Amino acid sequence: MSLMSLTAAKLGKKIKDREVTAVEAMEDALKQIQEKEPLLKSFVTVDEEGARKRALEVQQKIERGELTGPLAGVPIAIKDNICTEGILTTCASKILYNFKPTYSAEAVKNLEAAGAVIIGKTNMDEFAMGSTTETSAFGVTRNPWNLEHVPGGSSGGSCAAVAAMECPCALGSDTGGSIRQPSSFCGVTGIKPTYGTVSRYGLIAYGSSLDQIGPIARDVTDCALLLEAIASYDRKDSTSIKREDYHFVKALKSDVKGMKIGIPKDYFGEGLDPEVSSAVLEAAHVLKEQGAIVEEFDLCLVDDELLTSKNSSSFGEDKIHPTRYAIPAYYVISSAEASSNLARFDGVKYGYRAGEYEGLHQMYKKSRSEGFGEEVKRRIMLGSFVLSSGYYDAYYLKALRTKALIRKVFDQAFEKYDVIIGPAAPTTAPKLGKSLSDPLKMYLGDIYTISANLAGLPGICLPCGRDSKGLPIGLQLLGDCFQENQILRAAYTYECARGKWNMPGAFLNRKGVIKDEETV
Amino acid sequence: MANIISDETIEYVSILAKLELSEKEKEQAKRDMGRMLDYFDKLNELNTEGIEPMSHIFPVSNVFREDEVENGDQRDEMLANAPKAKDGSFQVPRTVE
Repeated sequence: MSLMSLTAAKLGKKIKDREVTAVEAMEDALKQIQEKEPLLKSFVTVDEEGARKRALEVQQKIERGELTGPLAGVPIAIKDNICTEGILTTCASKILYNFKPTYSAEAVKNLEAAGAVIIGKTNMDEFAMGSTTETSAFGVTRNPWNLEHVPGGSSGGSCAAVAAMECPCALGSDTGGSIRQPSSFCGVTGIKPTYGTVSRYGLIAYGSSLDQIGPIARDVTDCALLLEAIASYDRKDSTSIKREDYHFVKALKSDVKGMKIGIPKDYFGEGLDPEVSSAVLEAAHVLKEQGAIVEEFDLCLVDDELLTSKNSSSFGEDKIHPTRYAIPAYYVISSAEASSNLARFDGVKYGYRAGEYEGLHQMYKKSRSEGFGEEVKRRIMLGSFVLSSGYYDAYYLKALRTKALIRKVFDQAFEKYDVIIGPAAPTTAPKLGKSLSDPLKMYLGDIYTISANLAGLPGICLPCGRDSKGLPIGLQLLGDCFQENQILRAAYTYECARGKWNMPGAFLNRKGVIKDEETV
Repeated sequence: MANIISDETIEYVSILAKLELSEKEKEQAKRDMGRMLDYFDKLNELNTEGIEPMSHIFPVSNVFREDEVENGDQRDEMLANAPKAKDGSFQVPRTVE
């Protein structure tokens, strides 16, 4: 059995107890990666030489008693939009094909201080814009549960690597669901923390007001451990928040007696796959059996004045559910921020420069046009438009006002409930090649995850079942800002009640037939 | 489609975005953008009068700190990432005659 089938906590304990070394753990990770990568393509870069060197250094520090934490010696993969000093960081884009950062992201530094050992960089949708990991300039990642399906995105490489047991854990980033949706599709556990909890310093920006780095692992315990390691107040990120409490592991108690859990009724309407719906409702029932107070509610503002003309909602409802407007608001805001953030890629200081050009301006234009992929260009164009003079108020400010309304809806909901339960995505993982042809349709798949980014809320996604095709179904728990410990406790309680969750062995078998691999 | 994007608009936006689109890409961009704007127009169903635009989730503004150099001199490492460098500087096409 591979050491990589252990959770980070269990592997860390074995290393601490001197049963195995950090070097042996890394060798095993590299072996797993070598075997599985030809089928999966979870990684953009595997830094073999550096990983071996770092593992040896960590092992020496463990032996000298300088590293004693639970993550010391544990191999970890990092999403390729998070800067790692001296290790290629491409954002899965041609425009950064050769970029080696001169510094590491704060979250990466925190991980290294905890003794975790970086293996390499995981594949993603280009600049984190996408839901399938198919827009990567360096090839498509496949879902370990069934190689004909996508792993989700944009942190698809991180989730696939963890599910396939190439490594026990990884970092991802979540702007509109990019940790939670691929966690759902790959049957792993991922957290998007409260905005401002993990420093964005060194995270290559997409939508700065929405971006958060978060952990991806095979269980709730590992996610709590990792979050505790990476969360910190950082002066280098002006949106970093000084939290009162950075202790998340203590929330791991199987006890939800009296916890109030709300099920938003309108999350379970049209568009939700019936198999996903019943698995999520079954999970809610499990939490009820464990002593939580679970009830349905209306996630809406009880305010008739909200509609511009009475009963004119194009969603065909008489009540106004501002969360339904989350998708258009999100795409206005994220595209606007992206168009501004991605202005720095101009072929001067790093990355790709076009081969032929006349003058400076043509150099910018050609480098960008040749360096960015289709989806990235689409969003830069859209963002430039909504910010342009004459449209700024109508689109950008309108979206920011909608964001305020969405926040208000959740404020009201969290006055009544500790946790909101729902799906992470309307379906299980779609087949490869089925999503990109209709961007708007793909964007609609973000319905359950996007509100949390707009409202800054923490969310966790963990597996709660499989559909008739054998693909995993994810359960999402949302908490109020800074209430990570509530969702961790609910998730941990559910996980204990649910019991063992096996990881897929499909990638070992080219036909993609599900054969579960045992985990410990 | 309610929003018809003209050639002039696409031309103007591509100048703002510093992107050079092929004829085919322009046609596609016109369709995509029109369709997205139709979708964005749903926001007009919401009455947001009197609601302040929310750019930051928390009431955080003007985070100041002393501007002190904390990192070392990494000029050579940074220049190693440049597509073209000369005499310790980034090299770009001549802009001033």
